[in-house]
Amino acid sequence: MEPILCYPDPPPSEVVRALELAGYSWEAVGDEAAANDGLWSAAIVAAEEEAEAAFAFARALRNADASVAPVLLLVRGSALSELETRHELFDDFCVTPFHPVEFEARLRHLIVRGGWSETPTELVTYGELVLNLETYQAIISGRPLDLTYMEYELLKFLASNPGRVFTRETLLSRVWGYEYYGGARTVDVHVRRLRSKLGEEHAALIQTVRSVGYKFGESRWGA
Amino acid sequence: MRDSTEMEQHQDYVLRTIEERGVRLVRLWFTDVLGQLKSVAISPVDLEGAFEEGVQFDGSAIDGFSRMQETDVLAIPDAASFQLMNWGDGGEVTARVFCDLVNLDGTPFEGDPRQVLKRNLEKARTAGYQFMCAPEVEFFYLASDVAAAGAVQPLDNASYFDLTTFDASSDIRRATIGRLEATGIPVEYSFHEDAPSQHEIDLQHTDGLTMADNVMTMRLIVREVALEHGVHATFMPKPMSGVQGSGMHTHLSLVSGERNAFYDANGEHHLSTVGRQFIAGLLTHAHEITAVTNQLVNSYKRLVLGFEAPVHVSWARSNRSALVRVPVVKRSKEESATRLEYRALDPACNPYLAYSLILAAGLAGIEGGYHLEEEASADIFELSEEERRAKGIRLLPTSLAEALDAMEGSELVREALGEHIFEWFLRNKRSEWNDYKAHVSQFELDRYLKSW
Repeated sequence: MEPILCYPDPPPSEVVRALELAGYSWEAVGDEAAANDGLWSAAIVAAEEEAEAAFAFARALRNADASVAPVLLLVRGSALSELETRHELFDDFCVTPFHPVEFEARLRHLIVRGGWSETPTELVTYGELVLNLETYQAIISGRPLDLTYMEYELLKFLASNPGRVFTRETLLSRVWGYEYYGGARTVDVHVRRLRSKLGEEHAALIQTVRSVGYKFGESRWGA
Repeated sequence: MRDSTEMEQHQDYVLRTIEERGVRLVRLWFTDVLGQLKSVAISPVDLEGAFEEGVQFDGSAIDGFSRMQETDVLAIPDAASFQLMNWGDGGEVTARVFCDLVNLDGTPFEGDPRQVLKRNLEKARTAGYQFMCAPEVEFFYLASDVAAAGAVQPLDNASYFDLTTFDASSDIRRATIGRLEATGIPVEYSFHEDAPSQHEIDLQHTDGLTMADNVMTMRLIVREVALEHGVHATFMPKPMSGVQGSGMHTHLSLVSGERNAFYDANGEHHLSTVGRQFIAGLLTHAHEITAVTNQLVNSYKRLVLGFEAPVHVSWARSNRSALVRVPVVKRSKEESATRLEYRALDPACNPYLAYSLILAAGLAGIEGGYHLEEEASADIFELSEEERRAKGIRLLPTSLAEALDAMEGSELVREALGEHIFEWFLRNKRSEWNDYKAHVSQFELDRYLKSW
């Protein structure tokens, strides 16, 4: 069996103990390049410290050409809300501190099941809006939207999370990335542009939530 | 590193979109020194190469680009500015993308106004500020057959905010706004302005570079839609004597991190020290930058007493005759909406250069810690010449020649524009002034021919 990838390098000591106990071979990996060099039966990504870096690493695993290893994410109970918009990044998760038996059971389940399949959702749909993630195209009521790249990325993010309220800061960090210079007004400017391209009829899909941020449509679960 | 990945993502997106949407033609846009839009059309299959290597052309044919020796430059498309120009009318799908012009060795081409603005924005960024602005663009719709003959005939006799029943121009304006919005240029307000057939379209604020691109795009769209309706749209600052001219009052703000740098909860009128220094910078350097913010002989026929155009160098909160206005903001909106409005600009300027100089003047005020005098309280339109002088209120240049004199001695303008554009602009505009000076006008014939 291929070894198990453990992030970060060095991995948390309780992870090492649990793996040793269960008899798995493992290797600590600190970055994307090292991950691409190996073949893995599963990946354990500990997002307890420096969660952002861990999420970025998990995303890199997903985007890497070779990697289809199932990802087990370790997360603190207090940070569970962080997972809400990141479901695509992991196959299962385990709340820390974990019980070694539960941890091992989840890991074995992932390895047996084969984990994440190579067929990601290619369409994001909401009402009359359809985004094709493969071709970068967006259509509303059958009419193509002439979006710029950032407008497309913003709409994709919002439409993938209907009914959720996002602060400008969250949108900025999730859509533009942390290094983006320009501040929350950038978000306002792009939302305004998106609304104008959606047209009067559909502009209200993106609602302004006073003194909080923005919300797209309504939750499919009836809010 | 991040920058180059981000650029690749933008380029991927653009190439993919072109393929998916069956774009037949990509227009590479750039702007000459005088602010005229230039376009080179390429086939979509050549765009990927253009991203990598640029498109080479001879710059000597274009105003302000020619130099003594080597004249070839490269146009590098800025993928972030890519936009489909699709009017949903079943016509051919085309796209435009703004370009940065570089020398063959890859250095920024000093004759490219967009590069000049980028350099000035970068300077602001280094000082910790992002420059945001929002222009109010005024223009006239005129009968096109009459305009073609060089004369002026408005389409209506309506006035400020008028909602007229048979106002053909309102339909044109509505069609224009639809197209602007579809192009990603959000409109805040639009209405019939004061003069017959005069209209105003106010754009939603955005960062300085995008806005300069937007102004270029908007001028084209306004003219195109008018043309489709058999009408001529003009941004000439003063097409008719006796009525208001067209200005491009521009709202300005600086953002520092997440903060509005012009706002201070405890400042007088909620204005921060930075805001006061920025205004002081604008007022101190106003006469030096006017040749660029108001670049036509005709611009100075708008900047006269008796209309709402600024004539004096002053600032005020609600006084609309002031050069710099600090709009009174709705309560509870102070933090986000505190801003300045510079009122000299007209819509025939080159927005890249005009924004560069406004920003440079304001930043000089901040860097130099300029002191801001009291706001002009009385309506300075009413002051006599003596009273005005006694109060130390200066006048804006009253002609292009005067403005060029002030610009010529300005280190600030020389540095902000760069040597190449500075020299070329002065040469070109001096020659425009000399042509004008030698011209015998209808005014003179009417006034003198019979009596002398």
